[in-house]
Amino acid sequence: MDSIYEVFILTSCLKLLLIPAYRSTDFEVHRNWLAITHSLPLEQWYTESTSEWTLDYPPLFAWFEYCLSQLAAFFDPRMLEVQNLNYASPATILFQRLTVIASDFVLLVGVKKCADTVPGQGTYLTSPRVRLAALTLGSAGLIMVDHIHFQYNGLLIGLLLISYAHMTQGRFLKSAFFFTVLLNMKHIFLYLAPAYFVFLLRNYCVTIPAGGWLPRPQLANTAKLGLVVLGVFGLSLAPFAALGQLPQLVSRLFPFKRGLCHAYWAPNLWVFYNLADKLAVFGARRLGVSVPGSAAASMTGGLVQDVEHALLPAVRPAATFALSAAAMLPALVTLWRRPADAAAFLRALVQCALCSFLLGWHVHEKAVLLAVVPLAVLALRSGPEARLYLLLSAAAHVSLGPLLFGGREAPARLLLAGLHAGYAAQALPAAAGPPSRAYTGYLAGLAAVAVYDVIGHRALGLDGRWPFLPLLVTSLYCAVGVVCCWLALYWHMLFRVEGGQKIKVR
Amino acid sequence: MVIIAVQRALKMDSRYLLVLGLGLLLRWAVSLHPHSGQRKPPMFGDYEAQRHWMEVTHNLPLADWYRNTTDNDLLYWGLDYPPLTAYHSYLCGAVAARVDPSFVALHASRGLETPEHRLFMRATVLVADLLVFLPAALWFAVALRRSRAVTLTVLAVLVLYPGLLLIDHGHFQYNGVSLGLMVAAAAALLGRRDATGAALFSLALNYKQMELYHALPFFCYLLGTCLRQRTWAASVGKLAKIGAATVLTFGLVWLPFLVDAQRAVEVGARLFPFNRGLFEDKVANFWCSLSVVYKVKQLHSVAAIASMCLSTTALFLLPTNLLLLADPTPHNLLLSLLNSALTFFLFSFQVHEKSILLAALPAAMLFPDYPLSSLWFLLASTLSMLPLLLKDDLLLATVATTVFFTVAVNMATGVLDAGRRAAAPKQRSRLTTTSGGPPADPCSRWAVPALYLSLTGYAVLALTSVTVSPPERYPDLWPVLVSLYSFAHFAGFFLYYHLIQFQFFDEKFKVC
Repeated sequence: MDSIYEVFILTSCLKLLLIPAYRSTDFEVHRNWLAITHSLPLEQWYTESTSEWTLDYPPLFAWFEYCLSQLAAFFDPRMLEVQNLNYASPATILFQRLTVIASDFVLLVGVKKCADTVPGQGTYLTSPRVRLAALTLGSAGLIMVDHIHFQYNGLLIGLLLISYAHMTQGRFLKSAFFFTVLLNMKHIFLYLAPAYFVFLLRNYCVTIPAGGWLPRPQLANTAKLGLVVLGVFGLSLAPFAALGQLPQLVSRLFPFKRGLCHAYWAPNLWVFYNLADKLAVFGARRLGVSVPGSAAASMTGGLVQDVEHALLPAVRPAATFALSAAAMLPALVTLWRRPADAAAFLRALVQCALCSFLLGWHVHEKAVLLAVVPLAVLALRSGPEARLYLLLSAAAHVSLGPLLFGGREAPARLLLAGLHAGYAAQALPAAAGPPSRAYTGYLAGLAAVAVYDVIGHRALGLDGRWPFLPLLVTSLYCAVGVVCCWLALYWHMLFRVEGGQKIKVR
Repeated sequence: MVIIAVQRALKMDSRYLLVLGLGLLLRWAVSLHPHSGQRKPPMFGDYEAQRHWMEVTHNLPLADWYRNTTDNDLLYWGLDYPPLTAYHSYLCGAVAARVDPSFVALHASRGLETPEHRLFMRATVLVADLLVFLPAALWFAVALRRSRAVTLTVLAVLVLYPGLLLIDHGHFQYNGVSLGLMVAAAAALLGRRDATGAALFSLALNYKQMELYHALPFFCYLLGTCLRQRTWAASVGKLAKIGAATVLTFGLVWLPFLVDAQRAVEVGARLFPFNRGLFEDKVANFWCSLSVVYKVKQLHSVAAIASMCLSTTALFLLPTNLLLLADPTPHNLLLSLLNSALTFFLFSFQVHEKSILLAALPAAMLFPDYPLSSLWFLLASTLSMLPLLLKDDLLLATVATTVFFTVAVNMATGVLDAGRRAAAPKQRSRLTTTSGGPPADPCSRWAVPALYLSLTGYAVLALTSVTVSPPERYPDLWPVLVSLYSFAHFAGFFLYYHLIQFQFFDEKFKVC
């Protein structure tokens, strides 16, 4: 048996054990979507609002839920009643958990395809295939978010990896197809679209003869690409366009009434902005300057709420878009200048994900996984990127810890993050020279922050006072790590990397 | 001692920590699943028993712990383990009182099953494993002084063994403490620290009297080692040191109970309740299996049955332990531990299905020498407890941990893959001599398929137990079938490991 399948079985067994673990409201979200797609006709999918968790993913994901709902009927038909809010019978829990575990099979397929791009030998247990499989199928972040908190990120990242694997083999159309499907399942991947656009443009839609600079359009290729992309979009959106529901769809998919920051303060650059604002308020009060409005309320409450900045200028969605786009530009330019370089493409994908994570509007901390999981493929090939991966993944996993609410999951948060980091440290290629003191110091600090968040705050007796402090500390500390990795990846991308793996262009 | 071992191991290889961390993670994951007697008043189960002991030891004076009083109703889960368990419960009770006094409120906390309390109880088992079993496993793995790969493998087998995971962290017990102390004792003996080993084993014995299954091998090994000394003076000196360590340990543990002879008698009465029957639930041993066709319990008096058990057990204990006495090597010690525990399990009085763990741990410790048979025995021992696990709603956890264990061990050692077995150098026991050239591997031809067949049988039994209800005439049909099936396995292993210990196999017939 291929060793990757054995890793899949091992991780699935662990995930089976996690079936009784903590579930977030996302569980009810997906149950609601199962009910909506099963019990209601198409025209009501995006207008239905009995539950507060309305359908806010693109249509292909709705169809995915529809397919699942056909199987759900065998477990417990009552979960498919739209009115049955917060229904969570044992059969429902078992069914939904099993769907997440089963959908990780797509991730397995993606990993299998990518594993062929990773060079290296090793024994059965330590081959690159096994290491990649362990870091993705057994990713602490995916386990915490997908199999405890409850989501379907494994499936989506699997599709991304499949798309990337096709790209490495020069199958541009297939790659574009899978990415478009992915876009129509979760629109957050729009942030990765610029990288795809640039890469496909440079390598498929135009050719630049060696030595020259004038791009020559390849009309046939462009037409084929357009057909594929538009075809998938058409399949996905046509039914709703026919019903005249496209504006409704857009309003559901892009709810800009939500605030700049999600309640838990994803560790991005806005954390510093918020902090600066809070400090400014504090300082202003001290100096006796009047502070307008009710912005004194804590922003780490736990609910999704509009964040108002008291003294610093308010940030609007358009501004975040512009900033993210600007941050991505160097990566895209570099991508243009490295034709047919699959590693550069993956690097650009990761960088786009990071830029949008750091600067985007209402970013969830879970979005960091879009950057971390694919980075494992790069980490297996070079020491510097391995070191980058270790830091980024460690910071990401610690920042995801607070998602697992309650004391019972505390050992899991620490063990999963620790095991992942420990395994990565000994399984990934070593870089030249020992890591800097700042690097190891940061990692040690991460462990301390994680323990503080889990038990330290309460142990110090500060439970009643400053309840927001552990979250604030976690967000800030992890944000520092993520920002440093983002900058380091740019440095690596722009100044250090020589030629990568060339695509066999057909 | 343990800390020194851990530090030394850390310097050696960080992968040991990864394996231990994985073991902890699996333990935590299993603890999410139901415990014994969950939501089953009035008696509940072992979980409630442990909670009750914390209540009793925390609130009552030591003299009353094993005594039937108005505050201590011995019929409701009276203490029936030796004093070390009582002290452990006392410690947990003290912590519980600090966390939330209602956890150990006298009488009022009976049947308590709130989420916070459950978290506390599960945490105590996790901490006990972290402090006792995991370091002991590491110590043993390192004490074997083999290659890093072997050390890692043995550590993984000990730490991931599903039977112990499911009973301690699912059903709810503290076997990890007594078994951990036993493993540590074996590790000490491997490192020629005989007095330490004796003390550790005495502690294990004082935690659960079931460790008596292992007492004779330890005794014979230590006695044999003493007799092997070069001079009489050295022998006597060694014997004196070991004796002193043992007596001192026993004395320290029993000190509060030796103050008054009555107290000691009360403890003794609780530890060895002979008024109970030959066996309670269906168990995979000789007498229960015999009772299917020949109703032993009905045809003989308790006294007759007791003497039958005593004589058969003593008879079968003699060969392996006499061999150990004559040839006290660590390898023989491990084999004798396995054979003695299996003898007691098969032929003794009042055996519980959980007692198979006492045979399973030595088998795990022997994994490097006999990978395939050890793996098979570990799986069979876990699955023999299916009736108990099904009663506790632990089917999902059983399947997940058993499959995990099998695939993990196979990935690490290739024990089930014919191709990889032929390619990798065989682990040889010190008893068989090497004879050059690549080994032909008859094990793969019959043993591996037999293992798969055996597992399929268990899977079928599990499936039918869950889906099909038994016929009216035989309401216990499924547990009986599982017991008989398991007894066949254990009888086979009993014979096999005896043949191995007596070097019946030469190079032509490869042991697996």
